[in-house]
Amino acid sequence: MDLILLLEQGLNGLQFGLMLFLLAAGLTLVFGIMDMINLAHGSLYMIGAYLAAVVMERTGSFAIAVVVALVGTALIGIVLEIVLLRRLYRRDHLTQVLATFALLLIADEVVRIVFGPQALTLNPPDALSGPVELIPGFTYSSYRLFIIAVGLIVALALYLLVTKTRVGMLVRAGASNRDMALAMGVDVNRLFTAVFGVGAALSALAGAMLGPLLAVEVGMGEGILILAFVVIVVGGIGSIRGALVGAIVVGTVDTLGRTLLPMSLRAMLPPSIASNLGPALASILIYVLMAGVLFWRPQGLFPARG
Amino acid sequence: MQVRAEQVSLEHPLRAWIALPLLLALIAFPLVMRSIEQPFYIVLVTRILIFALVATSLNLLVGFGGLVSFGHAAFLGAGAYVVGILMFHGIHSAWVVWPIAVGISAFAALLIGAISLRTRGVYFIMITLAFAQMVYYVFVSMKAYGGDDGLTLLARSQIGFGIDLKSDVAFYYVVLAVVAVCLFLFARLLNSRYGRVLQGTRENEIRMEAVGYPIYRYRLVAFVIAGAVAGLGGALLANLNLMASPNTLHWPQSGMLLIMVILGGVGTLWGGVMGATVLLLLEEILSTYTIHWQLGVGLVLLAVVLFAPNGLAAIARAVRANGPTK
Amino acid sequence: MNEPLLQLSGLVKRFGGLAATDGVDLDVRAGEIHALIGPNGAGKTTLVQLVCGGVRSDQGRVIFDGADITGLSMHERVRRGLARSYQVTSIFARLCVLENVVLAVQARHGSSFRFWSAAAREFALAEEAMGILVRIGLKDRARVAAGSLAHGEQRQLEVALALATRPHLLLLDEPMAGMGPEESARMVELIAQLNRELTVLLIEHDMDAVFKLATRISVLVSGRIIASGAPEAIRRNEEVRRAYLGDEVGALS
Repeated sequence: MDLILLLEQGLNGLQFGLMLFLLAAGLTLVFGIMDMINLAHGSLYMIGAYLAAVVMERTGSFAIAVVVALVGTALIGIVLEIVLLRRLYRRDHLTQVLATFALLLIADEVVRIVFGPQALTLNPPDALSGPVELIPGFTYSSYRLFIIAVGLIVALALYLLVTKTRVGMLVRAGASNRDMALAMGVDVNRLFTAVFGVGAALSALAGAMLGPLLAVEVGMGEGILILAFVVIVVGGIGSIRGALVGAIVVGTVDTLGRTLLPMSLRAMLPPSIASNLGPALASILIYVLMAGVLFWRPQGLFPARG
Repeated sequence: MQVRAEQVSLEHPLRAWIALPLLLALIAFPLVMRSIEQPFYIVLVTRILIFALVATSLNLLVGFGGLVSFGHAAFLGAGAYVVGILMFHGIHSAWVVWPIAVGISAFAALLIGAISLRTRGVYFIMITLAFAQMVYYVFVSMKAYGGDDGLTLLARSQIGFGIDLKSDVAFYYVVLAVVAVCLFLFARLLNSRYGRVLQGTRENEIRMEAVGYPIYRYRLVAFVIAGAVAGLGGALLANLNLMASPNTLHWPQSGMLLIMVILGGVGTLWGGVMGATVLLLLEEILSTYTIHWQLGVGLVLLAVVLFAPNGLAAIARAVRANGPTK
Repeated sequence: MNEPLLQLSGLVKRFGGLAATDGVDLDVRAGEIHALIGPNGAGKTTLVQLVCGGVRSDQGRVIFDGADITGLSMHERVRRGLARSYQVTSIFARLCVLENVVLAVQARHGSSFRFWSAAAREFALAEEAMGILVRIGLKDRARVAAGSLAHGEQRQLEVALALATRPHLLLLDEPMAGMGPEESARMVELIAQLNRELTVLLIEHDMDAVFKLATRISVLVSGRIIASGAPEAIRRNEEVRRAYLGDEVGALS
């Protein structure tokens, strides 16, 4: 087993996991506090990536692109929340699923209308386009390292926000017992809007960060949204800590699985079978994990609700 | 203080004065289309018929069983791929291939249902989604059978009797026959003892258990029947498109099927048929005006969900009552 | 008939650290109306769940009609003749009253895994359901949506649903909950009538009803039976009076 390969894939998994965390954090808060399933969350991720790509194209500055993506998507998210999503909080889950699914379709199409059907390119900043030697003999993409750094900083910031500030306390109270929070006189509307806005910004950040690595195209949200749901199921609905742990678990299992499984299968089985079975098993691995958690411990690893 | 409660019935009679004229119209339809030289619509209506079948199978689960499955596309796609794969290996006879497609979908539904039905409410929605994703990846990863691009069929299945399904008209009539028979059986199922019990579990799961019904078994049967019929629809769809596409397995397809059921009216006999007709016609009409028809569909769905929620009420109650959250 | 119809022996159920049911022994004899009373929080709900199969016990046994049913699921117990009504009305609100009862009746008439024949043609089912409605006094409301019924009528329907399963033992969980004096009196009469053909285990707070109906009374306090016997003996029992102090004060006098 090539240690370098393992290290590289492990870091890739961490990187992917941290980005998943950005998405999952917003999703789990909305689900945990407002009890709403939001299938359009991936659309915010897509909008963030598109905004970043377009601004990067115009200005050449990655930093400006990211900021615009964050602010723009947050604003879009807030408007969406106030105008539309707010009506869904009291409704049942099926209604929420269908309404946000409709939003997903609309968002996909609007993006297609505004930006056209082809994928956009988003280039990483020049400063980060080269490799970095971490340990002698092992180089790793500096951009990916940058993503890991950003992910960890945001995770820390969120942790501080949620545990050390008053707002954070309200959020946690809301996640574990919404009626109690209401009874304590919390301005529910503003809290919810704020939570949604932050979730939107985080998704946009993930979109902007991952844009250079993955394609910026319509429908990019659907694939990653599903993974985000796996994360919050595994981690526990409403729990940021759960989202972080879950995201890193899902990210590493998925990434490592895709490299290691086919390799180990090729060692044991004839190549024709292994080349088909390997990728298949790797892909379904996290869904097997999700089904297992839903079956045996549906509240997840760190249930926020009592 | 007496309250006027919403009322539904366990009976869903198949009214001959609706069904027969409709059937006759559908029988005459291709002949009319041919005579005015608009053969394209024959293919469109064939597609509508196939999705009417699949949406009806989902309605059995969602509308009559109160089980919101977000993974129904798995069975649709499985049926399509089974046909494609068997044809790839030289097995063409519809009499062999279509029953196998149904059988494999039914078996998959048995496995998935056996596990999923042990969960409730929102967890059921998510676990069915997870399983559907697994099915998607299993089929897509099989490079030999097309992978991401899907699997093309060289020709439609052969049914013998000198009938060549290459003819769109011939294929239309075969599909019409299959769908008509299935819908008839569906009506009988709904009005049978079993149908009553299934609806009872939708209305009040605990009460049903408390009067002596082992509800898990009844639900599992519904799940298998729904999966089997969706598999049949998939077999027909693969024949229609001459292709088994991964898009049929993709989770938004499950969402579209749910939309059909909602639009058509959950828990009604013709709900799946109407929903498929409305959605596919909407797509068709909108796409003549713009390639961005999906926007129109999204807006319509949003409007229906926000402003005409009555069709959803029963299912909502079922999901709420039977789930740990909400 | 020496064997009790229902025998609970050493039942224990814990939730976390709390023992909601703490070693309950109880006998219900065939043909009697056995009332179970106790102050709020005594653990009556849990005990009902244990008897009916809604919840599994941690220890102890439930013996019904000579057979150990401790491991059986709820629907299996119903099939053996042990039925219950719910304290919080649990009916099919959107179905008409007749359909409510027909569903329950159908469960007792062979397999419902029949997929072809129209169930509406099985007139015997509807007739039997109607018969039950007549007994219960809801005949005129047969076609009304169950959710439209007055509260008292809904409680009657609750009983009808349990009755439709042809039980040997009918467990009534606070049938008079939320009823006014007139409705309560009717329910008392109904229960007395039903008792002519089946055994009743009655959970109730309404002491009037309890003392009018009960053959024997058992008192549940903090998960244990502290007294069991004839109504008069219970009325005079010191421990029981103490347990009720502060709770329905004077209820027993």
